Amino acid sequence: MDLNPLTILTVVFVLSCLVGYFVVWGVTPALHTPLMAVTNAISGIVVVAAIMVAGPEILGANICDALPCPYPESAGALQWSARILGFVAVVLCGINIFGGFAITSRMLAMFKSKKQETRD
Amino acid sequence: MLMMINDDVMVLLGLAAAVLFVLGLKGLAHPKTARRGNQMAMAGMVIAVATALMVPDVRAYGWIVAGLGIGAAIGIPLARRTPLTALPQLVAGFHSFIGLAAALVAVGMYVRHMTFNMLVEREALEMGIGAAIGMITFTGSIVAALKLQGIVGGKPWAHPLRHWMNLAMALALVVCTAWFVMGLGPLPLLLIVVISAILGVTLVAAVGGADMPVIVSMLNSYSGWAAAATGFMLEQPVLIMTGALVGASGAILSYIMCKAMNRSIVSVIFGGFGSEVAGPAATGPAMTVREAGVDDAAYMMGNAQRVIIVPGYGMAVAQAQHAVKELFNLLGERGIEVAFAIHPVAGRMPGHMNVLLAEADIPYDAVHELEDINPRFKETDVVLVLGANDVVNPAAQTTPGSPIYGMPVLEAWKANLVYVVKRSHRPGYAGVDNPLFGMENCSLILGDAKAIVEGLVTSVKAG
Repeated sequence: MDLNPLTILTVVFVLSCLVGYFVVWGVTPALHTPLMAVTNAISGIVVVAAIMVAGPEILGANICDALPCPYPESAGALQWSARILGFVAVVLCGINIFGGFAITSRMLAMFKSKKQETRD
Repeated sequence: MLMMINDDVMVLLGLAAAVLFVLGLKGLAHPKTARRGNQMAMAGMVIAVATALMVPDVRAYGWIVAGLGIGAAIGIPLARRTPLTALPQLVAGFHSFIGLAAALVAVGMYVRHMTFNMLVEREALEMGIGAAIGMITFTGSIVAALKLQGIVGGKPWAHPLRHWMNLAMALALVVCTAWFVMGLGPLPLLLIVVISAILGVTLVAAVGGADMPVIVSMLNSYSGWAAAATGFMLEQPVLIMTGALVGASGAILSYIMCKAMNRSIVSVIFGGFGSEVAGPAATGPAMTVREAGVDDAAYMMGNAQRVIIVPGYGMAVAQAQHAVKELFNLLGERGIEVAFAIHPVAGRMPGHMNVLLAEADIPYDAVHELEDINPRFKETDVVLVLGANDVVNPAAQTTPGSPIYGMPVLEAWKANLVYVVKRSHRPGYAGVDNPLFGMENCSLILGDAKAIVEGLVTSVKAG
């Protein structure tokens, strides 16, 4: 099968929306705030993209002999700007991932049943 | 040097991460399994980050680890120290970071690919969409956070031409995206970033304070779609699966909130579409309203068998939850059955009241949702309504012309006695009279919720 990648990604997207739809309806309304906090943390998944933007090595100017660079004189500066943009994105996602999971744990630790209440 | 992996292994590890995220959300079906769920989601994130570090192109480990370290150093103290009453604005602030990160990734990818002349039309479309959703989420969430924090007024921004302005900006975005895809130049991408930034502000500025729960969950949803758009750009299924999960979650929460407020989702998202037709204002026939003292209420509660407490935004504002817990314990010690009734839109974000009550150590099995508790009001001796109004308005069931007609409400009026703690005689957010206040079994106690509940505690102890 010779599929366009976009087709496969669309299949993935639509099925994931459906999975999300059914799973989220199962969440008890009492935990809707922790739900927002944990989805907040997992939307930090953008970090994967940020790593791919920040991660590549900065190549020297001679790379433009091999690749068609439209702006050979600023190839280095452009690569560095991409790295900085990616780095800032990694920081922002990091705040979300660590902060999001920490606030979720903090909230969930407060939800106690009557039994746990008397045991404490 | 880390192990390098190929694309197939990477996609499969991404799938494992996404499955853990799904199981994590599934854990939130019950407070008992919720902590385990959160741990599974954390494990998923560890897998996803480790996988990204093993991509052959990725070499700048120092930068990435430093970035994550800075993120942890900012995020963890923020999550630990922020008071729970400020939770809605913290969550809105977190959404803004994801929006900005998605926009930065789109622009950063553009710069990298432009450097080596590797841009293609298809990825340009996804870059444009990712940058647009990202920036709308970013500036929209900032405005929402400022409104929730009270730095910007909660009143909706009601410029008469705002819908036309928003429409014009949306069209401009479409035009710029088409221009970007065809020309691949930096100018249209810059315009997309600027226009979406403005659009995020104007969209959220037009939304009133009481509609904030919907907007916060809507922005939660947008941050997911922004992640999914990034996934299409990089052809990374893990971003698409996770983004779709978050997007669906936020969308469902917004839908639940709208339904519980009797508002259409369109009117909330596009900022006060319904506000022009706010319906008959509070001009009904004058009601005779009884007022009661704290001691009367305390006496009736102390001698009741069943008590239901209905908390609303007023309890959060007054930070009365700890005083409420004291009252809960005190009545409980006397063998009085005390339950809490939560309306889906009580507070400023979905589930807000549940978290505040949990913070005060009130066990979750004493806290009930609307459908579960409504049949119990008629067997209840005393209902204490704390800073809630529209959610206990019988007009929602009896007055077909009322703006809130059809909205699900807590049937507090069916109890023997109802005490409503309010700051003033003014009507609630919807601007409609509440016939409950004129009923024979209802009395108002005017004042600050925290002071009154503390007064109730003292008085019950003395009595």
